[in-house]
Formats: sequence, C-alpha cells, structure tokens
Amino acid sequence: MTASLPLYVLRRLAWTVPTLLVVGLLVFVLMRLVPGDPALLILGDSATPEQLARMRAEYGLDRPLPLQFVYWLGEVVRGDLGKSITSGEPVTQLLVDRFQVSAAIVLVAVALAVLLAVPAGLYAAWKQNSIADTVVVAIATFFLSIPSFWLGLLLLLFVGLKLGLVPVVGYVPFSEDWRSAITFLVLPALTLMLIELGVLTRMARASAVDVLRLEYVTHARAKGLSERRVLLRHVLPNAMAPTWTLVGLVLGNLLGGIAVLETVFTLPGLGRLLVDGIFARDYPVVQGCLLFTAAIYVLVNLVVDLCYPLFDPRIAAA
Amino acid sequence: MKIRANAFIGVLLVGGVALMALVSRVWTPFNPLKIAPRMRLQPPGGDFLLGTDEFGRDVLSRIMAGAGTSLLVAAATVLIALLLGVVVGLVAGYLRGWVDRVLMVANDALLAFPGMLLALGVMVIIGANKWGIVLALGLAYAPTAARVVRGTVLSLREKEYIEASRVIGNSGSRTLFVHILPNCTAPLVVLATSMFGWVILSESALSFLGLGVPPPAPTWGNMLSSGRPYIESAAWLGIAPGACIALTLLGINLLGDTLRDWLDPRMEHR
Repeated sequence: MTASLPLYVLRRLAWTVPTLLVVGLLVFVLMRLVPGDPALLILGDSATPEQLARMRAEYGLDRPLPLQFVYWLGEVVRGDLGKSITSGEPVTQLLVDRFQVSAAIVLVAVALAVLLAVPAGLYAAWKQNSIADTVVVAIATFFLSIPSFWLGLLLLLFVGLKLGLVPVVGYVPFSEDWRSAITFLVLPALTLMLIELGVLTRMARASAVDVLRLEYVTHARAKGLSERRVLLRHVLPNAMAPTWTLVGLVLGNLLGGIAVLETVFTLPGLGRLLVDGIFARDYPVVQGCLLFTAAIYVLVNLVVDLCYPLFDPRIAAA
Repeated sequence: MKIRANAFIGVLLVGGVALMALVSRVWTPFNPLKIAPRMRLQPPGGDFLLGTDEFGRDVLSRIMAGAGTSLLVAAATVLIALLLGVVVGLVAGYLRGWVDRVLMVANDALLAFPGMLLALGVMVIIGANKWGIVLALGLAYAPTAARVVRGTVLSLREKEYIEASRVIGNSGSRTLFVHILPNCTAPLVVLATSMFGWVILSESALSFLGLGVPPPAPTWGNMLSSGRPYIESAAWLGIAPGACIALTLLGINLLGDTLRDWLDPRMEHR
C-alpha cells in the first residue's frame, strides 16, 4: 500500500508532459491557422525585410511545419515567447505581471467559496428535503444562474457607487501600496466567490447525499457515534473528493473566463491582456496568453490530483 | 412537490424567453435599431417600459430582439457540439482500440483548454460574428459531448441485447444507430440542457467583451457592455439585460435539474 503512493505521484507527473506537449501543439496550430505570413504576424507591420528574414531563419519558418513546431517549442521551453507588437515588452514579463492580479482574485475567491460551500452543502445534505435544505439549494441555484459580469456590475453600482465603500475603477499594484491594492480587489473577489459558491455548494451537497446513503454511515450511527463525528469524520472526507475535482475545473475555467470580470472592474489582469491582444492583433501576446493559461490549467489539475490521496488513500492504492 | 415547482418555474422562464424571441420576429414596441438622439437615456416608464439607451433606442425592443439572437446562437451551437460529439463518441466507443485511443487523446487535449479560452482562441482566427461564435463555442463544447457518448456506448456495448443484435447478424452500423444511439438519448438530453445554459453564458460573455455578435445588432451581452459607461447615471441599462441572462439561466438550470431527476436513475430521490 505505502509503496504505491510514490508510484501514483510519478505516474501522474509523467502524464503531465504529453498533455503539455499537446496543448503546445494545439496553440501552435491555432496560431498557424491565422491567415497571413507568420513572420509578419509575429513582428508586426513595421518590420523591415531584414528583420523578417532573420525571423524566418530563427524560427525556421521556411522549413516544413513539423520542424517549425520543434523550433517553436524550443523557444517556448526556454521561456522566450517573443515581444509584444504593441508595447515591445517581452511577453513572458507581461504574463508574469498580469498573472499576479488574476491569480490574487481567483485564489482568494475560490478559497473562500470552498470554505463556505462545503459546510453549507454538508449541512443541506444532512437536513435533506428540509426547509433549510431547500433554501440552501435555492440560493446556490440562484448564484449559479447569475453571469459574473452582471453580478460584478451590480456590486459596482451598489457597493461602489451608491455606498462609496470601495474604489470602482483602476488598480494600484501590490508592490506600490498593498492596502489600496486590496481595496481594488475586494469587489472582483467577492463577485467570483458568490458565483462559485453556487456551483460548489450544489456539488458538495450532492456528493454528501450520496455518501450519507451508504451502509458504513448507517453502521457508524448504529455504533452510537455522535452525529457530529459521523458527519465530520465519516461523511466529509468521502464527500470531498468530487468537490475537490470541481475546484480544479473551476480554477481553470475562472482563468479562462476572468477577462469579463477584469473588464467590468478595469483590472490589468491576464484575461484583459488576452482580449486586448486579440483586438490589437498582437499575436505574440495572444499566443503567450493561450499557452500560459492552458499550462496553468493543466498544472492546477495536476496539483488537485496529487492532493487526492489526502482525502482517499484508495486512489493511490488502485 | 419540489420537483414540480422547479419544473414549473423552469418551463415558465424558458418558455417566456422563447415566446419573447418568437414575438420579436414579427413585432417589437419600437424598431430595436432606430436611433433617436432626442430620446437618449430616457428612464424606464411612459412610452419606454425599460427606458432608452445612449442612442435613444428602446431597451425593451432591443431585449426582445436580443432574446432571438441568444437563443438562435445557443441552439445552433448545441446542435454542432452534439453532432460532433456524437460522431466522435460513437466511433471511439464502438470501435475501441487505436481509433478510440487517438480520438480520446485529441479529445482530452481539447478538454485541457478551459472552454472559454478555446473559444477565444478560435475567435482570433475567424473573427467576431454570429456564426464565428457558433463555430468557436461548438468546437469548445463538443469534447464534453464526445466523452459522455463514449462512456455510454462503452457501458452499453457489453449488454446482452447488443450482443444479441450482433449474433442475429445485424451490421455494425445498424446495431450502432438503432440499438445503441437511442439509449444515449437520456444523458444527451441532460447534457444538452446544461450546455444550452453554458452557451448562453459564454455567448453573452463574448459579446460583453466585444468579441461576440457585433453592434448595432442587439444581444444581452453587448447591451450590458455598451451600458457599462452609463452605469451611474442610467442604471437601467445595466440591469435589464443582465436580469434577462440570469432569469434564462435560472430557468435552464431548474429544467436541467428536473430532467436529471427524471432521466438519470442514479440521481433518484434527491
């Protein structure tokens, strides 16, 4: 049993490499499907013929496509994602800067949402079909149905403008003044938390309902364990696994969909970088954002999977 | 009792939106595209039930027309995603072996992209327009459908009646289409319902970003985005379209829950 845990970790780690490769291939193909000369797309319209020629040689753009992919992959692995056409800054630097903003919002929102959703779901499942359960499910379904950008807009209107509690537009980086940085991030994080609360509560409740029906729970109760102990020690760990998987998916989807929220709150995050890149036809930036976000998604799911054995030792044993 | 209430509200909400979309094809209170500078930013009430926007266009008329666009885009997208997903899922699940392995590696790679990100990537190539969104979101959601169909096919193909169909000499395609596909209906209906919700949400998000249906054609997403600068002085521009998206999604979610309770026996008595 104990020997299989390192094996599980190793196998899961090994799987990540081909996944990342395929993700890279997909982004490469996507960017090559953009109509036009790749060298011109990467360097922008202001490029001189010499620059274009150097570009073609460096990336092997005159070679067959599979070779081009290998060259491209080499650059990517070395962390060279090119320079932004519009600002001239290295794309890698832009990604790192912008990612901090998005990551701060997403992490805080999801952490708080999990802390609230799991107890709420567990309680609703325990009191299944009671009024309390119906209320929890109704509230969760309500938040599940609200688009994040609309909730953000409403919070902006009522908490920001009407009550004047927090600043509504702009952003100050953490490095300059962390106190005001937080005030700018409160509303976006609150918005995301409320939205994700809906999905996660429903999932936590559904898995707890499943577990509560199992015989070992009846057995634990028959042994005379307190309800509290049955719920926390016997139901919670088993009910956590599906919810935990969802956390990984939610984190990834948030990174993909955060552009709308960053637009509402005019935050300089990763999503906004991508969308501005699409509008400006800044292909190195677009490519960098796609690659970076997808890679983060793969890595987040890796971490989620690696945490599984903490809830359920059987997974590593299998 | 609870299920009936959910189903009732769900049908009411989704039916209401569908009715609004249908009516908008033949009648709206005002022309949703007609600009009237002297009528700009009129608050709700009087002639304009939901007020007017920054170009003096009637918000209610635009919301009605937007319902048509949203439902059309969502229906077309779900259709494409299901069609692609069913083909890939059936083939992979039925043939198994290396075909299955190759298809599923490609499928999982697509799933490794968050749906919205993949859609944004595809939009880069085909540009922002109505059918661009349909294609982008259809491609983004097809892998999920493929997974569901493949899973169902894999579990069905070991059943006795499928074995019987093969033994009496039915061709592979007959077994597949007459005996296996109909049994994928239940999970597909449940999936299609949730997918409809995701697509409405993604479409409005893309339109909100300016990467969806281009103005002046109204969609709930681009109405919210153009109302964003006026949120302080003309809050109704930010409230009505968002409320429509939320109510539609609520209706779809309630319907989806009801369908799941009916069609998925594992989920009974919840």
